[in-house]
Amino acid sequence: MAAEAQTAPVELDEPDVGEVTATDVPWIVLVWNDPINLMSYVTFVFQKLFGYSREKATALMLDVHEKGRAVVATGSREKCELDVFRLHEHGLWATMQHDT
Amino acid sequence: MPIGRRVRRTRSGEYEVRLPATERQLLASLVEALRAALTGDVRAEPGLRRLFPPAYADPADGEAEAEYQSLVHDELLASRRAALDVLEATADRTRLEEAELLSWMTALNQLRLVLGTRLDVREDAEPLPDPDDPTAPLAAIYTWLGVLLESVIDALEG
Repeated sequence: MAAEAQTAPVELDEPDVGEVTATDVPWIVLVWNDPINLMSYVTFVFQKLFGYSREKATALMLDVHEKGRAVVATGSREKCELDVFRLHEHGLWATMQHDT
Repeated sequence: MPIGRRVRRTRSGEYEVRLPATERQLLASLVEALRAALTGDVRAEPGLRRLFPPAYADPADGEAEAEYQSLVHDELLASRRAALDVLEATADRTRLEEAELLSWMTALNQLRLVLGTRLDVREDAEPLPDPDDPTAPLAAIYTWLGVLLESVIDALEG
């Protein structure tokens, strides 16, 4: 194990806050639990829209069902808006927000 | 109708739909009613709120939400109508292509969302059949739509 003195000082790559715009910050897409959509339907939609395996889609659906919500996708604002739109087309209660 | 699969995948890759004529007529009339509701101001109609949810939940994103809705609301409405159109046009068919069955799926789900909202369906509380309840016929249709949708999903998952 290297002694502490030998550890090179780490230069932190501090983000220049002044240049960060809203579009640079990642967004997350949440799906919320609702009492109407069938569990099998939600699982099917996750597979169809995001190409998730049946296992992953089922785990996400169970997260939605048991924890009340789950993050199903992340990315730029534009990508997340498209994901939300497709989820809405399929009748799921989806919203997006900054990943804080 | 005897217990059995209402929708199944055939060897040729199409889907066979086995529904009695009365159920097909019911589907067509449900579609007609929803399509009529969608011609009004859908955002002012609380019964349709499940079909047009907000994208940005945080009130701080109000401006983004307004911009989003102005861009995509009409597209979402058109998509909803397109699925209903397919279901109505093919409600009496015994064979469907996969794309048509996917439209059935989203159209059936729309109908459930609207009926479920009207019935005020809550978590883990499937409406029990109570013939004295004035909403009993609606609840029966809601349950039936769920069984049919489940059958469509089963068939699509093959």
